[in-house]
Amino acid sequence: MDLKELLLENYKTVEQELEGKNGSVVKERRKEAIATFEKIGFPTLKNEEWKYTNISAALKKEFSIETIPALTKADIEQYLIKNLKGNILVFVNGQLSQELSKIISPESGLIIKPLAETDADVLEKYFGKSSTNDAFTYLNTALSHQGTFIKIPKGKSLEEPVVLYFISDARKENIFIQPHNIFLIEENAEAKFVESYHTIGKESGFSNVITQIILRKDARAEYYKIQNDSVTASHVGTTQVYQEGKSNFSSTTVSLNGNIIRNNLNIVLNAEHSEATMYGLYLLKGTQHVDNHTIADHAKPNCFSNELYKGILNDKSTGVFNGKIFVKQDAQKTNAFQSNKNILLSKDATMNTKPQLEIFADDVKCSHGATIGQLDEEPLFYLRSRGISEEKAKALLVIAFAQDIIDHIKIEALKEFLIRGINQSLGNNF
Amino acid sequence: MLKIKNLRANIDGKEILKGINLEVKPGEVHAIMGPNGSGKSTLASVLAGRDEYEVTGGTVEFAGKDLLEMAPEERAREGIFLAFQYPVEIPGVSTTNFLKTAVNEIRQHRGLEPLDAVAFLNLMKEKSKLVEIDQSLLKRSLNEGFSGGEKKRNEIFQMAMLEPKLSILDETDSGLDIDALRIVANGVTKLKSRENATIVVTHYQRLLNYIVPDFVHVLYNGKIVKSGGKELALELEEKGYDWIKSAVKEGSEI
Repeated sequence: MDLKELLLENYKTVEQELEGKNGSVVKERRKEAIATFEKIGFPTLKNEEWKYTNISAALKKEFSIETIPALTKADIEQYLIKNLKGNILVFVNGQLSQELSKIISPESGLIIKPLAETDADVLEKYFGKSSTNDAFTYLNTALSHQGTFIKIPKGKSLEEPVVLYFISDARKENIFIQPHNIFLIEENAEAKFVESYHTIGKESGFSNVITQIILRKDARAEYYKIQNDSVTASHVGTTQVYQEGKSNFSSTTVSLNGNIIRNNLNIVLNAEHSEATMYGLYLLKGTQHVDNHTIADHAKPNCFSNELYKGILNDKSTGVFNGKIFVKQDAQKTNAFQSNKNILLSKDATMNTKPQLEIFADDVKCSHGATIGQLDEEPLFYLRSRGISEEKAKALLVIAFAQDIIDHIKIEALKEFLIRGINQSLGNNF
Repeated sequence: MLKIKNLRANIDGKEILKGINLEVKPGEVHAIMGPNGSGKSTLASVLAGRDEYEVTGGTVEFAGKDLLEMAPEERAREGIFLAFQYPVEIPGVSTTNFLKTAVNEIRQHRGLEPLDAVAFLNLMKEKSKLVEIDQSLLKRSLNEGFSGGEKKRNEIFQMAMLEPKLSILDETDSGLDIDALRIVANGVTKLKSRENATIVVTHYQRLLNYIVPDFVHVLYNGKIVKSGGKELALELEEKGYDWIKSAVKEGSEI
């Protein structure tokens, strides 16, 4: 059975399981979503939004979609980010594992529930809604039943980050998972979130993920997506953010390892005086492929968004950046900036970048730009002439290139992890 | 220590060095002088291993090893140091940060234990006094926004940190005012020992008032056309290079 048929089959089972657990709105949206998925099927290169990312091969495998193995702490230990303290949520093949998770913040500041128990008004307004509408978002919407709802109550400031580890056990079979999580940061609340993806074993993993983040008035959130997965693991993820008035959201997406990675990050600045920053860093080697699609949707006046994505591509790796800024007619006094900078370390690496601006208001400040270049010879020679090996000299220069992204990471353990990752990727273990 | 025999080198197919012969022994200071475009900086670059230059002939032996076979970093680890004529600015890399890596790579090559953070900082403190360089400068991005004098001082500071056997100062005096020149030259002089050697590449004699050479060589048109003691530098200062140029043109003995 091919994957599409398998998933359509699976929908029927999930539907029965969920009978009575969700309200009619959710049920209706799932039904519509599966029907659309059935009609459009998985995207091909002919699809404009998938022009440079060939996802077909990663999907043409025999996947297992509902097996939940019992993993022990020892199994997952090595996948946890060193020294990263926080509220740890471990998802095994998409399902939250109570045994492996550990919550340290008090319940008054951090509420965690199954997706089905998401606040009704939130589900009604946001479930199944996305700026990205493709087979993957429809599919996840239709089949998501293992997700989690995380709420930071009004006025609470969560000190320790919420760290979500998605671990797929592909030791015996190819694993397809579809987590769907909703983070609600209520009025004047504050939190940090980290998502990290790992696949155990030699078989293939595929994660199709939706994360919805809703920031109420005056809410503040930092969101880190860390991809340091195995080379057999592919990922399609959509992070959909809605911001209400005077809220502040910051996102950092770091891709160090994986097979084919597609990140959609969509931010809707939905009320005045909201601020959003989007940072990204990808460091690719081998034949890895990373595609970042982002949208900053300025729907209301007086908002600010700033985006900086940087990439370093080695070997035969390929990268895609597609950044859209929409400024709606209403959104006067918008400040929106976007930049994508790339360094190719090899002749065989490829980068496709497309910064886009669509402005319908007349009193705005916007800029966008993209560069693709290589490491300068002169600094490289200078460092080598001081006794530093070519590999280490390159790593120093790459870290220097990435420094402004690293500087925006507010969690020390993540910073260290990233610097280690860059060194390892360039063949240094120091 | 260094034996250069009939060294020839091209850049972009054009021959710049046309058969250089030079021997440097431990404890010696050699000055290489000559008019602009004579090949002085090319010689310095070829010795440090800059790969834009293609060596087309000759040999260079350093401490008994074939220098031309080595990558730039291997040359540095063996004890060659080039003080750049135009030190590069590297945003995002601090002097402190990269020097720690450099010092420890060189120590490792010499079979020494790596320095820990405290020992390294102490060494930095000690050596920075030598060239009167401000510690805060070393924490900033390498040479970014430094004045000409600060850049050259940073070069000599790095030289002090890396303790090379052979230092090549490429036009270290260019762009320096008289005070900076004195500080830099004093630093170099203090680092002199019986074990190490220095090659000073310069256009003018004034640096040699501070760093007194044992030998002076005149490089012209890719060849060393005259060698002598420190008095040769004074002669050049007085008479300029024209008499050398015309003598070479006429093919007569200088």
